[in-house]
Amino acid sequence: MFDFLKGPVETFQEFLFLSGRAFRNIFRSPHYSGDILLQMDAIGVGSLFIVSLIGFFSGVVMALQMSRALATYGAQGQIGQIVSITLVRELGPVLASLLVAGRNASGIASELGSMRVTEQIDAMRALGTDPIQKLVTPRLIAMAVVLPLLTIIADFLGLIGGWLIAYGMLDITTSQYWSTAWRALEYNDLTQGLLKPFLFAIVIALVGCYYGINTTGGTQGVGRSTTKAVVVASVWIFIITSLLDPLFVNLG
Amino acid sequence: MTRAEPSPAQLPDVVEFDDVNLAFGSTPALVHVSFSIRAGETRIVLGAAGSGKTMLIKTAVGLVAPDSGHISLFGEEVTGRKESQLYGLRSKVGILFQEGGLFDSQTIAENIAYPLLNQYVVHQDDKVLPPEEVDRRVRESLSFVELEHTLDKFPSELSGGMRRRAGIARAIVTAPQLVLYDSPTAGLDPITANTIINLILKGRDMRNTATIMVTHRYQDGHLMANFRYNPSSGKIERAESSQLTTRFFVMQEGRLFFEGSEAELRASTDSYVQKFARPGSS
Repeated sequence: MFDFLKGPVETFQEFLFLSGRAFRNIFRSPHYSGDILLQMDAIGVGSLFIVSLIGFFSGVVMALQMSRALATYGAQGQIGQIVSITLVRELGPVLASLLVAGRNASGIASELGSMRVTEQIDAMRALGTDPIQKLVTPRLIAMAVVLPLLTIIADFLGLIGGWLIAYGMLDITTSQYWSTAWRALEYNDLTQGLLKPFLFAIVIALVGCYYGINTTGGTQGVGRSTTKAVVVASVWIFIITSLLDPLFVNLG
Repeated sequence: MTRAEPSPAQLPDVVEFDDVNLAFGSTPALVHVSFSIRAGETRIVLGAAGSGKTMLIKTAVGLVAPDSGHISLFGEEVTGRKESQLYGLRSKVGILFQEGGLFDSQTIAENIAYPLLNQYVVHQDDKVLPPEEVDRRVRESLSFVELEHTLDKFPSELSGGMRRRAGIARAIVTAPQLVLYDSPTAGLDPITANTIINLILKGRDMRNTATIMVTHRYQDGHLMANFRYNPSSGKIERAESSQLTTRFFVMQEGRLFFEGSEAELRASTDSYVQKFARPGSS
């Protein structure tokens, strides 16, 4: 009767198994620090431009759109508060993570998928290397370090985008904008603003690695894995943020 | 280096399969497979696509675990071991994968050096080979396959035949006692294919290694069975009948459908076996 659930449950079980091994390897030798730095460069430096761009324009758009609504209540002066809370709590982490999911979950899945179909992963095992230790754990660590940093940059550039609109179009002074933006933020906001990208990073890295390492079916299989990795990672980003938001809203 | 020639009966089994079974869902990959191979012996594995040839090689080193049966390497049980417990055993085995398996993010020199540099992980100790020793062995191995000039190239910069030769160099750089070749000549022109087989022959006879070679080409098996490398003359010569240590397997749907010498293979009247027992067959 529940046979249709067998596949997804097995996939989830395998995913948890891979995740467990990847986390366990963080504390085990050998540590491939060179690979971690390479991945930090590929994910962090590689995504910096696009994440900055999107962060900046989301601040611009937020300020423009909200200014009209705030003007109705004569509260345009609070634009800094709105931009700051929305970006730090939600938009910064989610947008940066979605971009990194699109850019890097696909990259990880296709790279590991290609390695799988060309038997490089089997060769690695045959030569005495644990592929999870060598390929998955470095990507997990790199992503978990770099994505929160990218989010901070996206948040900051978004605030600058909001300030440009506030200062240039809404006649709000620089000090008023930044003081309302700064005062609006509480520890709760900063905590969720950093916890979310950290959790998203774990999901993006592990989902990308899982689909890559389990690729079957040649080059077509690599394409399928890449697509699945992006879709599944993006969906999980929204599920996690939806689960975390009530928690933090109630705390706040 | 001369080829050691103790009586075959005195040699221990390098690989032993005992009633090994493996299936993927309802598709059998290996069915009641039993055989053994000793040092210096060669097995040529022929068979249709999907008949279980590659799985035979992968299960031999524990890359795929069988559903039942026992496999031992150098007298030690492979089945039931954890992955990390297999690294030591695998370090005594060289493998050339069908797709080459060269790491495309590393240069050829780094690829060949990988098994040497990884020895400390395999043996879980701190003994790291000195860089000059690694460099010497990498050059020696590449010179064996006549690819000394490709040290700093990436696999994608090499032709298919050169990649296969680089794969052989990596497979033998640690001087393994058993070498497994998965379709070493697949997709290569006949001249390059013969070059590859000559290199495999040379590697086998210089080190007296046990060899299992999966192939589609009867000619590969014929060369392996009837020729040997003479270290004193440095040439490939026709082997004497006393030096024939090559047997042929023909696999069908996971079974060892046929096992015998080249003469027996050619004499077989079975239509399936006959398909693999003549020049040009595949």
